[in-house]
Amino acid sequence: MKQSFLIKYGEIAIKGKNRYIFENALVDQIKFALARLDGEFEVTKEQGRIYVHTDGEYEETIDALTKVFGIVGICPTVIKDDTGFEDLKKDVVEFVARHYEDKNFTFKMMARRAKKTYPLDSMEVNAALGEAVLYSFPETSVDVHDPEVKIFVEIRDKIYIYSDEIKGPGGMPTGTSGKGMLLLSGGIDSPVAGYMVAKRGVTIEAVYFHAPPYTSERAKQKVVDLAKKVAVYAGPIKLYVVNFTDIQLAIYENCPHEELTIIMRRYMMMIAEHFAKADGCLGLITGESIGQVASQTMQSLMCTNEVCELPVFRPVIAFDKNDIIAISEKIDTYETSILPYEDCCTIFVAKHPVTKPNLKSIKKSEKKLEGKVEDLFKEALETVEVIEVK
Amino acid sequence: MESYLDNSATTVCSKRATDMVVRLLTEDYGNPSAMHQKGVIAENYIKDAKQKIASTLKVDEKEIYFTSGGTESNNMALIGASLANKRAGMHIITTGIEHASIYATTEFLKEQGFEITYLPVDKDGLVDLDALSDALREDTILVSVMQVNNEIGAVEPIDEIAKIVHKKSKNAIFHVDAIQSYGKMIIRPRKSGIDMLSVSGHKIHGPKGSGFLYIRDKVKMKPLILGGGQQKGMRSGTENVPAYCGLAEAATEMYENFEENIEHLWNLKNRFIEGVQKIDGCSVNGKTDMTSAPHIVSVSVDGVRSEVLLHSLESENVYVSAGSACSSNKPAVSRTLKAINLNPKLLDSTIRFSFSVHTTEEEIDYALSVMGEVVPKLRKYVRR
Repeated sequence: MKQSFLIKYGEIAIKGKNRYIFENALVDQIKFALARLDGEFEVTKEQGRIYVHTDGEYEETIDALTKVFGIVGICPTVIKDDTGFEDLKKDVVEFVARHYEDKNFTFKMMARRAKKTYPLDSMEVNAALGEAVLYSFPETSVDVHDPEVKIFVEIRDKIYIYSDEIKGPGGMPTGTSGKGMLLLSGGIDSPVAGYMVAKRGVTIEAVYFHAPPYTSERAKQKVVDLAKKVAVYAGPIKLYVVNFTDIQLAIYENCPHEELTIIMRRYMMMIAEHFAKADGCLGLITGESIGQVASQTMQSLMCTNEVCELPVFRPVIAFDKNDIIAISEKIDTYETSILPYEDCCTIFVAKHPVTKPNLKSIKKSEKKLEGKVEDLFKEALETVEVIEVK
Repeated sequence: MESYLDNSATTVCSKRATDMVVRLLTEDYGNPSAMHQKGVIAENYIKDAKQKIASTLKVDEKEIYFTSGGTESNNMALIGASLANKRAGMHIITTGIEHASIYATTEFLKEQGFEITYLPVDKDGLVDLDALSDALREDTILVSVMQVNNEIGAVEPIDEIAKIVHKKSKNAIFHVDAIQSYGKMIIRPRKSGIDMLSVSGHKIHGPKGSGFLYIRDKVKMKPLILGGGQQKGMRSGTENVPAYCGLAEAATEMYENFEENIEHLWNLKNRFIEGVQKIDGCSVNGKTDMTSAPHIVSVSVDGVRSEVLLHSLESENVYVSAGSACSSNKPAVSRTLKAINLNPKLLDSTIRFSFSVHTTEEEIDYALSVMGEVVPKLRKYVRR
């Protein structure tokens, strides 16, 4: 059966002259999300509204639409031609019959007559349709102050009948806010960070640091799987897989052990920034959260931040672990994140890492890498593997 | 060059077994329970397979029950015999180094009210016979011991164990997990006093999803899988004819050229041990003489995480396993290595090499040369 949905969007509506850019992006994202489902569909823009018409599976369609950033609400809608008021009454009664199994509710009619040539005005439409519903379903009752169900009837060139609003994810349509480079590990935080920034309309690219034989093929596969889960919301992700082993070993051999992690992260930032700039990304994105581990204290963040020219966005910076976990469960990355494939890197983690690194001392330690790491750095950039994750 | 030294995890399916599987999937594909001619043909294949397997053990074909593999055979043996004999007693004895498919099953039976004794082993993984003798009681109904340990290749003194069991507990049934020994040792259940014996097909160049349980005539058993009453009601479900017949072919091959096969395996094992002991930091666990299994070598590498070593070897196309490959991906500490009192710092630094009749000397030499290159490199990097 053909089903229509009215798509409500919030912030886009206030973006002034740029509004059409955002609307077009939203239409594109809706099309991208629905293209994966079975069935024919059509997305139309009518009088400042976006409608989806589809013969696909109802639940599947809703599920896909609730993952499109920019959508605030989704209203299953019946669209009819105007064939007279008697037909409209029948249509509204049929709408109630079909959408509510249990008719024991209070309601309010919410008519809007945009077509001024219509013979009845809004008040008259409300009264007559309310009466028709009450007559057909005596269990219902009218409550104009605090109704359980609002039945909207909009009379335009066509007539639109809808009631429930299913909550959308909000945010901005992907592709309307530039590109960002996500440092994606196999953990819980970075996929959440990617999701959050994508929700503001940012197109995501990602970089993963692979350290064979210290991390396994399964650990890499896990990161690809996580990128896929984020891509359900964020759209296709270009994933860079950087072989980081030799740089890591060089740091291990030449630098003080309590500083290993900080220096290693500085190199990761530099590499991420290299690919970010090459692709025109406007910032880096990490899953760092203050104080979570030694390398995420304010002092450590300052030290790792120092190597970057691009801004570093850290959407979960002030989140507690539990809050991050709650989001990862919601976006379905949690189960994958906790798979146990990556604890072989422990030899590169000092038993007592610095928690308040001193930038001068870090830079002094890095001097010891001079003449040793440059070729390795170049090689890491040249041997990068690019995976298009969809 | 590639060197597949993980044959205790699984083996390549032999040509003869594969041909049989294909024929039974595509030509003689009937259901052995069907009343028509195609059913009769399939039934005859199964009879033939049972005969072939029975002749490798010198037992009666009626005592062979096909299963989906080693895990099912072990489950069926332990749960089936415990349920059928619980009126005679609720005490079960096994060892501390059994495969997970025994250990998880005895833990399950413990939840059901059975009492389980886990016997200790010595530094070579051999069961303490005095402890066995002390543990046996009148209400002991089941004793389960593996013949060859899957992680270190220890060979348990099955004949002696059987004697002690039957002498001290008249009601006790003696089950042997022969998953790592069948095909590599001559096994005579009747002579040895074995009541039940578990075997897996894919460890001996048969197809995955095939196995059998030998159940001596007159052992009281209850089935775990109920249904249409196939295999005398002991294991319902349409017989997986291709898998069972593939297994029978593989088993026949293993025992047709037995002397030759074993000599080849010993040659490989000795060659490997000689080479690996020359590499700094490497030590071989358990016994290595002729009283050990001819196809398994456990090596500890001081200062190297087993998973890291495994991936390093893998990048040079040398395939081994860390701990026990059958027990999932979780980096859990091996019960066997703990039980033999391995130095705790080596628990996470131990890998297993396992050979098959298809393994060549060149593969051994190649694996040794890769080890010789990789181990010194990895040993340089330890957590500081």
